[in-house]
Amino acid sequence: MGEVIVITSGKGGVGKTTTTANLGTGFALQAKKVVLVDADIGLRNLDVVMGLENRIVYDLVDVTDGNCRLKQALIRDKRYETLYLLPAAQTRDKNAVTPDQMQQLCKELAQEFDYVIIDCPAGIEQGFKNAIAGADRAIIVTTPEVSAVRDADRIIGLLESAGKHNPKLIVNRIRPLMVKKGDMMDIDDIIEILAVDLLGVIPEDEYIVISTNRGEPAIANTTALAGIAYRNIIRRLMGENVPLMSFEVNDSLWGKFRKVLGF
Amino acid sequence: MFELIQKLFGREPQGSKDIAKERLRFVLVHDRVNVSPQFMEAIKDDMIKVISNYMDINETDMEISLTKTNTQVALVANIPVNRMKRGTMAGE
Repeated sequence: MGEVIVITSGKGGVGKTTTTANLGTGFALQAKKVVLVDADIGLRNLDVVMGLENRIVYDLVDVTDGNCRLKQALIRDKRYETLYLLPAAQTRDKNAVTPDQMQQLCKELAQEFDYVIIDCPAGIEQGFKNAIAGADRAIIVTTPEVSAVRDADRIIGLLESAGKHNPKLIVNRIRPLMVKKGDMMDIDDIIEILAVDLLGVIPEDEYIVISTNRGEPAIANTTALAGIAYRNIIRRLMGENVPLMSFEVNDSLWGKFRKVLGF
Repeated sequence: MFELIQKLFGREPQGSKDIAKERLRFVLVHDRVNVSPQFMEAIKDDMIKVISNYMDINETDMEISLTKTNTQVALVANIPVNRMKRGTMAGE
C-alpha cells in the first residue's frame, strides 16, 4: 500500500505544481513507483511542467465519470519508467468530482504505486476539499511573504479540522541576501508563526524557470541549488536525517558596490 | 546621499522582516479565532454601554484588541476613564 501525499497552499503562485513535479521526479530517481495527480480541475498545468502536455487523451474526470479505465488515463513519463501522470480535466469545473470519488481514486492508485502525489488547487473551495480527501499526509508550500504565510496558516487550520494532522512545510523562494539584510522573513520566523514541522527550504533559483520552460523538473539537475534542495526533501521524506542547506551569501565589498551602483 | 554612505559602510536601516512578522502575528490572531472587525466593533459598543453606567470614559481613545500569549488568545481593552460617576462608588 503506497502513501498518498497532497501538496497544498492557500495562496496561488507559491510553487505547488513545481514542487509536485520535482518531488514526483525525485521519487522516480530513487526507483520508486510514483503517480502525480493534477487535482486542479479546470486549470491543469502539471502536464506542461512535466513536459507531457501533448500526450493527454483521457483525464481525471474521464476516470471518475467512467468514460475510461484508470490505466488508460495514466501517462507514462518520457524519461522515467516508474513515473506517471493523471492529468486534470481542463473543460470541466471543480465540482465535476466529489471527495468520495477522490478518496476512492487515491485508494486505487495507492495499491499500484509507492507514492501518489496530489497537486492541490489554490484556495479553500471545493477543489481543495477534493484534493485533500484521500491524502495520508499533507505538505504545505509557502513563500516568505506575509500574504502566503497567512494563507498557509488558514490551510493548516482547515487540514486540522478535516482530520489531517501534522502537515509539513516547504518554504519556497527564499532569497538569502534579503534574509541577511533583514528584509525577508527567515525560516525561524515562519516556523515560529505557523508552528509546524519544516520539511525543507528551496532557494530562489533561476534554473526553476529554465526547467519549467523545458518541461524537465529541476531536481534532475545536479548543480542547480533548487534541485539539490528538492533532493534533500526526498531523502527526508524517505526517512533520512538530512541537515538544512546553508546558503552562502556573496556579500563582499565588491558585491556591495555592485548593488549600490545597481548592476 | 546619506543613505548611499550608510550602504557603503554597511550600516543599513532596519529591514522590513520584523514589520512583516509583527503584522502577521496580529492578523493571524484574528484569523485563528475568526473575529471580524465588525464583531470587534460590536463588542466595543457593548462595553461602552456597560461601562458608561459607572464611569465617564473617553470613547474615541478606547482601544480593544486580541493579543496572543504563548498559550492563549486574550482580549485586551484599554479604556481611558475621565471620571467616576456619582452614586456608583463602592460603599455608597
